[in-house]
Amino acid sequence: MAQHHDTHASHGADAHESHGSLKSYVLGFVLSLILTAIPLILVLNDIVTGNAADVVLLVTAVLQFVVQLFFFMHLKEEKKPRYNLMTLLLGLVIVLTIVAGSIWIMKYNMVAH
Amino acid sequence: MANVAANHSSHDHDHGHDGHHDLEALRTMGFWIFIITDCIIFGTLFATYAVLMNNTAGGPTGAELFEMPGVIAETFILLTSSFTSGLAVLSMNRGDKKGLIGWLIVTALLGASFITLEVTEFLKMIDEGAKISTSAFLSAFYTLVGTHGIHVSIGLIWMVALMLQVAKRGITPVTKRKIGNISLYSHFLDVRCIFRFTIVYMMGVR
Repeated sequence: MAQHHDTHASHGADAHESHGSLKSYVLGFVLSLILTAIPLILVLNDIVTGNAADVVLLVTAVLQFVVQLFFFMHLKEEKKPRYNLMTLLLGLVIVLTIVAGSIWIMKYNMVAH
Repeated sequence: MANVAANHSSHDHDHGHDGHHDLEALRTMGFWIFIITDCIIFGTLFATYAVLMNNTAGGPTGAELFEMPGVIAETFILLTSSFTSGLAVLSMNRGDKKGLIGWLIVTALLGASFITLEVTEFLKMIDEGAKISTSAFLSAFYTLVGTHGIHVSIGLIWMVALMLQVAKRGITPVTKRKIGNISLYSHFLDVRCIFRFTIVYMMGVR
């Protein structure tokens, strides 16, 4: 039994990416459920409407992405140099530029209207 | 750079099989880059949808078409499958092959029910006259949601293949890396499912 524990520990230290514990997965799952339930309850029952509803929807979605990154993908436990984090940040910069840029140009800068 | 070199030499002292280990880590890194580029694809599709969502060309609107009970079920199903794929990784780290395959089966079943619900939803919409050619809104809708569905389907095929491989070869460094990657893949499928739920459906019906 002791030996089993030993190999397990050395594996954990060896692996480039940590895989977290049951606790982090369960916590992440519960947080995700809550973050999905909040917009459902608030928006479908018209408790918040208009722009406030959009804000609630987007904030809970982004928070849920963050929850997945930390509790399911264990981004925080990555060892230096943090190539995964850097790639993710580069990707996010590109995605945000594409999404915000497209919406901005297509909604507010139409010359041929 | 010096850091990397130092790491290398200390590794070489520790064990002989570290070249292999580094290669698997590099492959995981490559898979992570694929995931990020995939996110860029979805970013462009979400942007297209956001731009075109009001161009219904006299056809049905999202508020008329979308049926929330099915969509809510799909979202919670994929959320749970992301969690169970994490449990599969935990079983794998314990060296529990049965647990690993068991959780992969649960994950695959959840993915299959997601696809079934989505295909049923699409068929019903097409029956109601909401085809991909009906309006710019529906073109963007089917492209975005359909691409996500294809990703889930490919993930399913891959997962079945991996189950067979693990059953045959057991938990080796190679199968470990592959399971880790498919778990990452399913976490990102879930992330996109959340944005699909938020931007397409919730913003469409309210």
